Amino acid sequence: MVVEQRGPEPAPAPEGPHRRRRLGLAGLLVLLAAASVLSLVVGARSLTPAEVWQGLFGDPGGDQRLVEITLIVQTLRVPRTVLAVVAGIGLGVAGALIQGHTRNPIADTGLLGVNSGASFAVVLSVYLFGLSSPLQYMWFAFLGAAVAGVLVFGLSSLGRGAGNPLTLALAGQGVTVFLAAMTTAVALGSTQALDVLRFWNAGSVQGVGFDVIWPAAVFIGVGVFLALLNLPAINLLNLGDDVARGLGVNIAANRTIGVVAITLLAGAATAACGPIAFLGLMVAHVARWFTGPDYRWLVPYAGLLGAAVLLLGDIAGRLVARPAELQAGIVIALIGAPFFAVLVWLGKFRQA
Amino acid sequence: MIETPEMHRGVRVGGWSWVWRPWIVLVTVVLTALTFLIFSVSIAIGDFTIELPAVFRTLIGQGERVDEFVIMDLRMPRALVGLIAGVALGISGALTQSIARNPLASPDVLGITGGASATAVFVVTASGGTAIANSIGLSTAALAGGLLTGFLVYFMAWKKGIDGFRLILIGVSVSAVTQALTTWLLVLADLRDVARAQRWLVGSLDSRSWSEVWASVWIMAALVLVVLVAAFQMRPMHFGDDVAAGLGVRYSAVRAILLLCAVLLAGVAVSAAGPVPFVALVAPQITMRLMRTPVPPLIASGLFGALLLIGSDLIARTVLPNDLPVGIVTAIIGGPFLVYLLVRANLKRAA
Repeated sequence: MVVEQRGPEPAPAPEGPHRRRRLGLAGLLVLLAAASVLSLVVGARSLTPAEVWQGLFGDPGGDQRLVEITLIVQTLRVPRTVLAVVAGIGLGVAGALIQGHTRNPIADTGLLGVNSGASFAVVLSVYLFGLSSPLQYMWFAFLGAAVAGVLVFGLSSLGRGAGNPLTLALAGQGVTVFLAAMTTAVALGSTQALDVLRFWNAGSVQGVGFDVIWPAAVFIGVGVFLALLNLPAINLLNLGDDVARGLGVNIAANRTIGVVAITLLAGAATAACGPIAFLGLMVAHVARWFTGPDYRWLVPYAGLLGAAVLLLGDIAGRLVARPAELQAGIVIALIGAPFFAVLVWLGKFRQA
Repeated sequence: MIETPEMHRGVRVGGWSWVWRPWIVLVTVVLTALTFLIFSVSIAIGDFTIELPAVFRTLIGQGERVDEFVIMDLRMPRALVGLIAGVALGISGALTQSIARNPLASPDVLGITGGASATAVFVVTASGGTAIANSIGLSTAALAGGLLTGFLVYFMAWKKGIDGFRLILIGVSVSAVTQALTTWLLVLADLRDVARAQRWLVGSLDSRSWSEVWASVWIMAALVLVVLVAAFQMRPMHFGDDVAAGLGVRYSAVRAILLLCAVLLAGVAVSAAGPVPFVALVAPQITMRLMRTPVPPLIASGLFGALLLIGSDLIARTVLPNDLPVGIVTAIIGGPFLVYLLVRANLKRAA
């Protein structure tokens, strides 16, 4: 079993914890809104907020410049902003749920091999069926992510539940290496598959249309709903299966709901954007730092944080390599991996 | 158990003493013979087949001139690189698993593979085709990148000594960074270079030369010597740090040295053959089961690693379509084995 070391308890606020948590949630919403506006403004071509407003709601008329702005805002900036928010919520909630269900502070969709499963499925579908548009191979990515996730999750929680965080991390790593080799085997046989693979692997919210975003948003919506149903039970499951059963929790049903929710959330987000590792892990830990171990608060926090971080990561990727872009998945990995290393170094994960 | 286990006899020669275990000696001898056999078969099979007896004759210097040219100049370097990389991976894996005390650990997670991959992809994509033609430059660069990353992981994990748990998690994190960089380089690169890089990334023994063989032979021989000397001190460490300290082992220093050797050995293997997956994971575990020892044995793991790598290369050349590299075969073998290990580890804990 895994025990997470708690930091020192924060001093109780005079107004009581609930009020503080509600304020924090409101603050996160404000942050998310600000980041969304920033995301519409920043890019290869910087726009002023007034121009964005014009592009969103104004009538371009015959003015060439205004038509251009409308085009940029409506077909490039808005979809990527929406996708970053939707996928961020999905990955954030999935990260918190995975940690709650495995009782393993190291669980993350990227580390568990979900992403490499999706990559393999994408390459295989491109190779076998000659698919070329994200709308087509999105479904295969979804399937691959689901299969790999259930496999690793199931294998490492055989017996009495996922125990050692080290074993889980190594299992995920091993599955990733295996699937990467298989992906290469397919990709070496087809130049087209190789080309799709390298861009897909970077994990980007750019260049995805609403025809992909809506299905993903529906899946993530259902996933979030299931996750919310699941929340009270997670708190009890964290006391241990025996205690939870004694308190009247239907363990099998709740675990099933949890796994379905995680698969929907992470699978849909990965299918739409490509692999984005460490986001779920990172925001779950930050959220826990704000809210404490109560999952009824932790999961909403993690969802909003995930959206904000993915959005800010995407914006940062647009700024560092102008006029080219650094893909959001790469930015998040470059931020998230050191974050993870710091958690390790501080001794936040313990072998029990 | 009521009946006492059968006692093994002690052997003493001068200041050295050890326990005589016939089974372990037998398995080692059989593994050596098998490795030599598969090595010879690997040399014998190619565009045209040379009979095994002719191979043996050529190996001891009695062969015909044509055979000698084909074997010594064309096929030998490939087989030897397979042998060296296999032995290095096997021993490195056994050391990593012993230090991390986890059967799933492999030197891949120590950062070497990731660093070497990122450097190699950088070299391939930055210089185009020239780097592949000059494969020594590529393997040197990969070695440098791999070792640099390996040391980075090592020092980042240092906190009043090295602890296997922290080391591996730090390694996972550093590997993720190098992976992100590799992905980014591939996105920027020309598509033809991407195919070349991808081929290197999965590990391959194609077109090796003698100069690559000699460089890795000497480094590996030196490292194996250090490992074998230090291994005497390692045995008590399997009982835990406190017991080891009580028995007079400076466990912190021994662990640091052995880990360094594991990093360097993996670096040698990666620079010679590319990041061939799963050999370092599978070889120690299978050898341990064959030998019925409680911990991964070092020498036999190395032998089995070589057997696995050369054998996989043979399969890749004769069975697989598209001229696929050896790493695909080791992954096909290693993946299911990983699943088996996971199931076993979890069921054992539950019982």
